[in-house]
Amino acid sequence: MARLTINGKPHTIDVEADTPLLWVIRDHVGLTGTKYGCGIAECGSCTVHIDGQPVRSCSLPVSAVEGKSITTIEGLAQGGVLHKIQKAWIDHDVPQCGYCQSGMIMAAAALLKEKPRPTDADIDKAITNICRCGTFQEVRQAIHAAAKA
Amino acid sequence: MNYIPNISRRSFVVSAAAAGGGFMLGFALPDGGPKVVRAKDGSPEINAWVVIRPDDTVVVRVARSEMGQGTITGLAQMVAEELECDWNKVTTEYPTPGQSVARNRVWGDFSTGGSRGIRTSHDYVRRGGASARMMLVQAAANGWGVPAAECTVANSVITHKTSGRTTTYGKVAEAAAKLTPPPADSVKLKDPKEWKIIGQSMKRLDTADKVDGRKVYGFDLKLPGMLVATIKDCPVTGGKVKSFDAAKVAGMKGVKKVVPVGETAVAVVADTFWRAKMAMDALPIVWDEGPNAKVSSASIDEWLKAGLTASEAFVGNENGDAKGALASATKKLEAFYFYPYQNHACMESMNATALYTADRCEVWVPTQNGEAAFAAALQASGLPASKVDVPKIDLGGGFGRRGNFHDYVTQAVLIAKQMPGTPVKLLWTREEDMLHGRYHPVMHCKLTGGFDANNNLTALHIRLSGQSILASARPEGLDKGKDQLTFQGLWPSGDFAFGYSIPNLLVDHSMRNPHILPGFWRGVNINQNAIFIECFMDELAKSVNQDPLEFRRKLMGKHPKHLAVLNAVADKIGWGKPAPAGIFRGLAQMKSFASYVAAAAEISVSDGGNKIKVHRIVAATDPIYAVNPAQIERQISGSFVYGLSALFFQECTVKDGRIEQTNFDTYNSMRIAHMPKVESIVMPSRGSDPWGGVGEPTICVAAPAVLNAYFAATGKRIRTFPLKNHKIEMA
Repeated sequence: MARLTINGKPHTIDVEADTPLLWVIRDHVGLTGTKYGCGIAECGSCTVHIDGQPVRSCSLPVSAVEGKSITTIEGLAQGGVLHKIQKAWIDHDVPQCGYCQSGMIMAAAALLKEKPRPTDADIDKAITNICRCGTFQEVRQAIHAAAKA
Repeated sequence: MNYIPNISRRSFVVSAAAAGGGFMLGFALPDGGPKVVRAKDGSPEINAWVVIRPDDTVVVRVARSEMGQGTITGLAQMVAEELECDWNKVTTEYPTPGQSVARNRVWGDFSTGGSRGIRTSHDYVRRGGASARMMLVQAAANGWGVPAAECTVANSVITHKTSGRTTTYGKVAEAAAKLTPPPADSVKLKDPKEWKIIGQSMKRLDTADKVDGRKVYGFDLKLPGMLVATIKDCPVTGGKVKSFDAAKVAGMKGVKKVVPVGETAVAVVADTFWRAKMAMDALPIVWDEGPNAKVSSASIDEWLKAGLTASEAFVGNENGDAKGALASATKKLEAFYFYPYQNHACMESMNATALYTADRCEVWVPTQNGEAAFAAALQASGLPASKVDVPKIDLGGGFGRRGNFHDYVTQAVLIAKQMPGTPVKLLWTREEDMLHGRYHPVMHCKLTGGFDANNNLTALHIRLSGQSILASARPEGLDKGKDQLTFQGLWPSGDFAFGYSIPNLLVDHSMRNPHILPGFWRGVNINQNAIFIECFMDELAKSVNQDPLEFRRKLMGKHPKHLAVLNAVADKIGWGKPAPAGIFRGLAQMKSFASYVAAAAEISVSDGGNKIKVHRIVAATDPIYAVNPAQIERQISGSFVYGLSALFFQECTVKDGRIEQTNFDTYNSMRIAHMPKVESIVMPSRGSDPWGGVGEPTICVAAPAVLNAYFAATGKRIRTFPLKNHKIEMA
C-alpha cells in the first residue's frame, strides 16, 4: 500500500513498494500527462513536483514518497487558471510534438518558483530535459516572458 | 553480406483493398433525397475535406499526421484560404485509413515523411476548400432564388450583394451537402497575391492540450478492459526465439499471459506496464541469434571501406570525364569521410494498441503513414479491409521511424490475436526502441578534386560506399538495383539538385548492405552527403588559398536559388567582415526536399579544441511558398537541435550483431544549454517551381556549417562522426 497526495487529493494505492512513482501516477492513478521517455532519469519527461521540488519520477520508487505531496502537470493550474508558465507556452507556441513538454513545463515552473527572474545561465542549469523536436529557443523565450508576467 | 529481409508490399495491399472496398459512410435521407455523408456527430460533409457544423464550426479533414511539425495547422490554412471561412472557427480531424480505402482513397496519400505533408498536397486540398465554398454559396443562392454570381463570401458569411441578405455556412451546410460538386475545371484557385491565411503566422491549432497534460498520445490510450504488454525482440536482426520459460513469471503479480510474437519476439501481457516490464526482465529467453551474431562495427567498416575503391558502382550523377580529368589534373586533393548509424530516438517510444475479435481488428497507432499502418494491420490480422481500421493518434515524435515501418503494429496485432476481445496496449521500453530502430544508414565517402594550373576546380569524384535504405525498406523503389535516394543533394536536377557546376563530375555508390536495418532518418541521406560535399568544398577552397564563400560562388553561376540562400546567410552573419574576438565562422548550402537551404555558424573553441560553443546560426530557407512562417522558423531552429545532436553525440555501434547503445545515457541529445541563437530567414521565391518542404531540409546544413567553423578556428578537419569520438564536447 502506498499513501500519497497527488494534486491535493489523497490516494491509497495497492502497489508494490518498488514501483516507480511515474507508473503509479500513470497506471494506478490514471493521470497520463506525466510521460515515460527513458526510465533512467536522463530525459526529464517524467518531471513532477514533490513538496515543490522538481523530481524525475521514473526512477523514484513509490515507497520513497510515502506521505508526500505530489504535483503533476494536471495539477499545475490552480482553480481552472493556468500557471503563468502554461500561458507563456501557449502565447509562444512552444510545443512541437508536445510529448516532452509536461516535464519541460514542470521543470520551468519549479525554476520560476526558486528564481522569479532567471538569467539565461539559470535556465541552462535548471532545464536539462531532452526535446527531440528541438523547442529550446521557444522554451527560453517563454520562460523569460513568464518571468516578466 | 547483403541482407534483404522479407518485405510486405504495402502499396499493393492498400491499392488492392481500395479496389475491393465498397461501404459508404453516408445514408439515404428519410425523404429519399440524395445521400449526405455525415461526420460522427451528424454534421454534413460538404466534401471529403470539409465538414460544417450548425454553429459554423469548420472541421477540416487532414490525412497527414501531426508529429510536431505543424502540418495540421498548415493544411487547414490552405483549405480555409479557399473556403473563405472564419479562421477562428476552424478545427481539424483525421479520417481513418479504412474510411479512405472504402471511399476509393478520397483523401489521397497519408504518408507524412519526406517533408511532403504540404508540398505534395497543396493543390488538391486547396481545390477541396474552393469546391466546398462554391457549393455553400450555391446553396445560399438557391435558397434566395438568385444567381450564385450575385453572392459574395467572407469569414463564413455569404451575402447577396443586391438585396443585402446574409446567411452563414452553418445554416446552408445541409443544403450544400446535397448538391453535386462543381466540375473540376470550374474550380479556380486564388492568385497567391490574394492569400490572406496562407503565408500568415497563424498560431498552431493544437497547442492548448499540450500544456496541461490533457493530450492523449498512443502511450496514454485507455480502453475499457485494456491490458498492457511489453516485448523483447531478438536483439540480433536475423535471429529468432529458441525457447522461453513462461512458467517462471506466470505467478508474478498482474501478469496475464506470456505470448510468442512471430518467430522472433516474446511479449508479456499484464495489468500495468511496470508489472509487464518486471516479468519481461525476469523471463528466461534463449535466442537463436542466427547468421549475423558475429558482425561488429569493425567488420562493417572494413567491408564498406573496400567499396571506396571497388571497380563497380551505381552512377548517381555524371558529366564530363571526371576520372580522365583527375588523371591529368595539375593538382589533386583527396579526403575520406564516414557517417555512422543513428537512431531516431523519438521521445515517445514505439507503441500501438490493438483490439482483435474474430470479425474485426482495430489498432490505434501513432503513425506517420496511416495507410502503411493499415496495411500492416491487414496483413497481421488476416482480415479483409472492411473489417480492419487504424485510427490515428498524434505522435510523440516521428522523424521517419513511424512512416515506412510498422513492426510495432504487426506485433500489437499478433499479441491481440492471442487474447481476442481484450484491448492490448503494446509499449516498447526505451531499450527496445534503441535496439530495434530503423537506423540512419552507415556511409563511407572518398572525395577527389582536381584543379587546373589556374586553380580552377575542373574535376570532382564523389565515391559513396555504404548502405541503401531502399534495398531493404522499399526494394520496388530501386532503379535496376540503384538507390537514387543515396545521392540526395547530389542529383543532376530536381528536389535534391547539386548546386555546383563542375566540368567533370562523377558521383557513384558502391552499395553494401549490412544486416542492421536502415531507415529514413529525418533528412535522410542528404545529412551525410551535405557533410561530405560542403566540408570538402571548404577543403578545396583552402587548398588553393581561396575564401570558402568566393570559391563556392564561382561554381554557382547556374544555380541562382542555391546562391540566393547562401548569399542571404553570408550577408546576415557578416561574412567578409571581422568576427568578434574568438568567434569563427562556417558556411554550408544545399537543395533539400525541393527547398533551398543555407546556414552560417559562429562558434568559439576552448580547451585546446576539445570544446565547441555554437553561439549563433543564421539559417535561410527558400521553400518556394511559405504557408506559416512562424512554424517554418520552428522547424529551422529545431533542425539544429536534431542535426547538431547527431554531429556531436550520436552513433549506434554494433557488437555481436546487435546495437550497443540502449538509452540516452549512451546516446545523448542536446539540452537547452547547448542551444545556439538561431536566426531564420524565410525567403520564399514563389513562382512555378515545385513547392519545397520544411520539416527536414535544414538539418543537413547544420553539421557542415559548424565543422567548417571548427576548421576556421583550429585548422583541424574532422571527417568521422560523431565528434565525441574525437573527445570534442559541446559547450
